[in-house]
Amino acid sequence: MLCFTLLSLLFLFIIGVGLFVKAIPILHDKRLWVLLSSGNWKPFKGEFGFLPYILSTFYVTLIAIVIALPLALLTSIYLTEYASSRIRQWFNPVIDLLSGIPPVIYGIWGVLTIVPFISNILAPKFVDFSTGYTVLAGGIVLSVMIIPLIISIMTEVFHSIPKEMREASLSLGATKWQTIKKVVLRKSISGLIAATVLAISRAFGETIAVLMVCGNTPLVPHSLFDSCYPLPALIANNYGEMLSMPNYEAALMLAAFLLFMIIIFFNALSRFILVQIEKRYHE
Amino acid sequence: MKKIEENIFKFLMILSASLILGVLLFILFSVLKRGLPSLSWDMITKIPSGGFYLGKEGGIVNAILGSVYLIVGAVLLSLAFSIPIVMFINFYLRKKSYLANISRFSFDILFGVPSIVYGAFGFTIMIYFGIKASLLGGMITIAMLIMPILIRSIDEVARLVPNELVEATLSLGATRYEMVKVMIRQLMPGITTAVLLAIGRGIGDAATVLFTAGYSDNIPASLSQPAASLPLAIFFQLGSPVEEVQNRAYASALILTIIILILSFSARYFSKKLSKHKV
Repeated sequence: MLCFTLLSLLFLFIIGVGLFVKAIPILHDKRLWVLLSSGNWKPFKGEFGFLPYILSTFYVTLIAIVIALPLALLTSIYLTEYASSRIRQWFNPVIDLLSGIPPVIYGIWGVLTIVPFISNILAPKFVDFSTGYTVLAGGIVLSVMIIPLIISIMTEVFHSIPKEMREASLSLGATKWQTIKKVVLRKSISGLIAATVLAISRAFGETIAVLMVCGNTPLVPHSLFDSCYPLPALIANNYGEMLSMPNYEAALMLAAFLLFMIIIFFNALSRFILVQIEKRYHE
Repeated sequence: MKKIEENIFKFLMILSASLILGVLLFILFSVLKRGLPSLSWDMITKIPSGGFYLGKEGGIVNAILGSVYLIVGAVLLSLAFSIPIVMFINFYLRKKSYLANISRFSFDILFGVPSIVYGAFGFTIMIYFGIKASLLGGMITIAMLIMPILIRSIDEVARLVPNELVEATLSLGATRYEMVKVMIRQLMPGITTAVLLAIGRGIGDAATVLFTAGYSDNIPASLSQPAASLPLAIFFQLGSPVEEVQNRAYASALILTIIILILSFSARYFSKKLSKHKV
């Protein structure tokens, strides 16, 4: 049992090293900074510029967070502070289900509803033509996928704030809303940031759903109605088929390694904050 | 004035909560609406025939059974590791052990690692050991994906076991190992819920099995054969230019959604049962 536990501790390390070793060949050829800042993706000529993929990932995630954060925050406040216990019990399965729906189903939903909506109704108001498979579609689908995660962490953070604090504020004559604003939100700000960071890292790594709705063209997107090509989609679309081309595998493994490191960092950061919060109020 | 602000925000809160509920219903409705017309008995009882991907007869029982095989193998494999780990960090180590905390922390982080990274990593291990894309490869990769889920949710209930119960068992002369066996029994509803959650996550994930399990029109007969899976069946069929095949993708999506709904509700049922027995 001790062995298993120690082994599992090493697991994170093993994944990181495994991916890195596979990515070494391309790092021998080119400097990391050149790879990250170049926009040229021509595997046949040996050019691997990650910029379009990195920017795509960034834009899609940004849109998802901008949509998801206010909705999730308002809902979490409602669920913890205002809603009756009946509504709360009734709403829990909704969150569970949303987080349980597989990515591929979200993708199908995006293809069936969001993509045609953008291409037929929204895009013609702003640009001449858009297929609908866009940055915006990816962002919307992704936002729905991260909402349950944000809500479940935020409600936990709000619950961790002692009842006495709320009562103290109320007894001083503050209204309920003032108490929420000045006490609950202020006290839980670090937890809310942790929840957001966690959601960002979830959004970074989401693959299939985004791949299905964002068009997959390796160019830097210039508007919401351009198609894009995030890093995970790049790996999913090309890995396994490209073993014959020199450095292609190494390039994709580098993408996986970068993704892994960013997500590990974000996760470690927010989990650390959350552990601290739990400690502060429960010891 | 203050009241107005509060009311505006309260309105916004109820609005966003109902929006989220609405989106869930919208997703279920759109999958149901497009999937139901193409759903037939053949879909879930037949394997793809010769011209299946041009719109001819056949079904996706290969993918359904493939997914079931994959997930059963993955859960068993993963449980073999996660139960000893949870028991160890809860009942062998001291309450505030450093190792236990580090271990929990690392599983929290592993939980956040995206499935595509597990897929890519799984594939490199398979190349290293010379395993081709197969049922076995898929099982191993899904096992890695669901292990953090199993450990985290079993650990959550294991932490709630009252210390008195542990002490009472030990004071009756049980060894630590016998005590752990008693605890596993005590934790059974929690383990069941965790397994159901893990199945839900594992069965619907496409990115892990994309490189590691392969795809086949036949039902896999051994561990070394490639296995089809439901999410990939949906994904590949949707990519087809033939409309009938696309419609089948929607029907397959409906099948997967129904499986997920059943899993989700039974997980709720078991966790309710669990809280009833809480000491």
